Amino acid sequence: MRHTISVLVENKPGVLARISSLFSARGFNIDSLAVGETEDPQTSRMTIVVKGDDSVLEQITKQLNKLIDVIKVSDFTDIKYVERGLALIRINAGKANRGEIIELANIFRTRIIDIASDSLMLEVTGDKDKLEAFIKLVSVYGIKEMCRTGEIALARGDNKRGE
Amino acid sequence: MIDREGKVEITGAQILIESLLKEKVEVVFGIPGGPALFLFDEIYKSGLNFVLARHEQGAVHMADGYARATGNVGVGIFTSGPGATNTVTGIATAYMDSVPLVLITGQVMSTLIGQDGFQEVDITGITRPITKHNYLIKDVSELAKTVKEAFYIASSGKPGPVLIDLPGDVQRAKYQFDYPKEVDIRSYKPTIEGHIGQIKKAAKIINNSKNPVLYIGAGVVVSKAQQEVLDISLKGQIPTTNTLLAIGAYPYESELSLNMLGMHGTFWANKAVQAADVIVAVGARFDDRCTGKVMEFAKNADIIHIDIDPSSISKILKTDIPVVGDAKVILTQMEPYIEKKDRHEWIAQIKDWKSQNPLRYNTDDNKLHPQYVIEKLSELTKGEAIVTTEVGQHQMWAAQYYKANGARKFLSSGGLGTMGFGFPAAIGAKIGNPDKEVVVIAGDGSFQMNMQEMAVCIVNDVSVKVIVINNQFLGMVRQWQEMFYNRHYSSSCLAKRKSCPPKCNTPQYGKCPVYVPDFVLWAKSYGADGLRVSSKKDVVPSLEKMLASKNSFVLDVKVEQEENVFPMVPVGNSLDDMLIFHG
Repeated sequence: MRHTISVLVENKPGVLARISSLFSARGFNIDSLAVGETEDPQTSRMTIVVKGDDSVLEQITKQLNKLIDVIKVSDFTDIKYVERGLALIRINAGKANRGEIIELANIFRTRIIDIASDSLMLEVTGDKDKLEAFIKLVSVYGIKEMCRTGEIALARGDNKRGE
Repeated sequence: MIDREGKVEITGAQILIESLLKEKVEVVFGIPGGPALFLFDEIYKSGLNFVLARHEQGAVHMADGYARATGNVGVGIFTSGPGATNTVTGIATAYMDSVPLVLITGQVMSTLIGQDGFQEVDITGITRPITKHNYLIKDVSELAKTVKEAFYIASSGKPGPVLIDLPGDVQRAKYQFDYPKEVDIRSYKPTIEGHIGQIKKAAKIINNSKNPVLYIGAGVVVSKAQQEVLDISLKGQIPTTNTLLAIGAYPYESELSLNMLGMHGTFWANKAVQAADVIVAVGARFDDRCTGKVMEFAKNADIIHIDIDPSSISKILKTDIPVVGDAKVILTQMEPYIEKKDRHEWIAQIKDWKSQNPLRYNTDDNKLHPQYVIEKLSELTKGEAIVTTEVGQHQMWAAQYYKANGARKFLSSGGLGTMGFGFPAAIGAKIGNPDKEVVVIAGDGSFQMNMQEMAVCIVNDVSVKVIVINNQFLGMVRQWQEMFYNRHYSSSCLAKRKSCPPKCNTPQYGKCPVYVPDFVLWAKSYGADGLRVSSKKDVVPSLEKMLASKNSFVLDVKVEQEENVFPMVPVGNSLDDMLIFHG
């Protein structure tokens, strides 16, 4: 099962390495990992997407909590949360199909951020399903290059985070 | 030097030493070198008790042995690069067995980090998975606070090693010394008290059980909960088994004592665990050497697990009632809820198992069996000596036959199984307990992995007694090869020379080439005493001579070469499937 874990950590050098090496040392698989500062510059939030059953998740959570620099670990599985990722995609777009691609881009509310004679670059945000649906649709035109962030997530306001 | 606010400023090196003094550090083990020299200059001026080891691995094991024997934090100071990498096995050993250490390594100038300079190595990167926490200090203003935190983290919760990497410029930089009185780490607050609801549930399950077993580990020793374990076990008449690291924590003579469980545990301990309807694990982590095949471990038992480390719970097998917190505190909370019981049927059953298959070896012949040596040592010292072991067959015989009278009297590398641990650990233990007898039970293979530390014994007047259980083999390897690899003694014979038949598997004293080194001559070359024993009748007089000696002593005991450790649960088997000694 896919789990989104939010990890609040001290914003110190080496913390990312501690977390990523924990995952490799204990044989846990990371789907994606995104990290950035929070409203408090002394802390960072890491959003880690992992696959595993309940016992694996229990171990991941406990092992993360055991790290001295980890302040709080929340598994979003059973609560309401919002998740977003971002992709930059350069698609083959000659004269013949440029209009079609732009139409598709509009339907998905993506932004065109670069145009060349034979290609378009699109910026698309959304949860994992939306991104994957869009990528699948435009792949028929030929994706020249693509770059994706890991998902980031926050709990919705009507439940306390992870409690 | 006075700063702008009128406060006295001292160097980072001085701050470190002042901090160690504030932590009441009695002794520091280590070896100097380039990027640590400024620091060592301050050590020279400070009069700090520094024990110069001969190899950094030895130094870390000394700090480890000191910590295990005394309960204090062990401290080491090393240089960068190879000095730092040589500590790695020692650190991993301490990490696996939850031993509190604070280790400081010198580092190249912080401005030069990352340039592959001479003797530069990323030691915080290397030790990240084998330390409880580590630090690279780039600003002298953080040093005192970091040392305070390091000692706190190392010794609290589930203890472990903490490393501080200290670049040369930070050693020299000046700052006021203000040692924090308190530690407050928002992300690190070990749970001490147990959840009372869980405790009551656990007590109820214990009270309703017919065949309960207490399974105690190193956590009992760390939290000094021996008395609380004994109280509960007596009140509820609960038979108690211990891990390798908890040897001595439960009195041997008690009829409730099961001794050690697991791969080379006693027949009756393993039988009891497998027949139990409740297992109460206290400060033990269900290591594979204890459980055998996990799926088959105590199949019909409810598992109650008391541990300060939440990640130990349900890591190996599903726990029914977890209780997170300090063992001593939780057992004290639990005691009133434990009902007095008379479980005479269960105890009679255990007695029966014990008489069916006691620990035994061949005592009818006149051969020199290794178990005999350890049995006699146990009798002569009444279990009062601190015994350390290396790793292998001798370690298991020591665990079976040395009846340590109390906790912290049997020091052994359990989790990592580090050969070369026992001798330096004994030096550290002796430095921490100068009035106690300290004896190493070593194998001839293991002893050679850190025997250079004999120099430390001699130059510091630290008297350590070493019994080399010498079978001229890497004995445990040979045992496995005999049992599971068709007697292919591949690279396990330490007497083997080029002139030997390449596939020899028929070792025999007198026919095999002369063994090197001659441990007696070797000991004497250091100024230690040495004696060789080759016959059973000489064992007791030699042990007496060794124990009477004020000097360090090496007793080279030429034991039966192909003796095996029994009982044995082969890897992957359930604890029910024990190989038993048949005389």
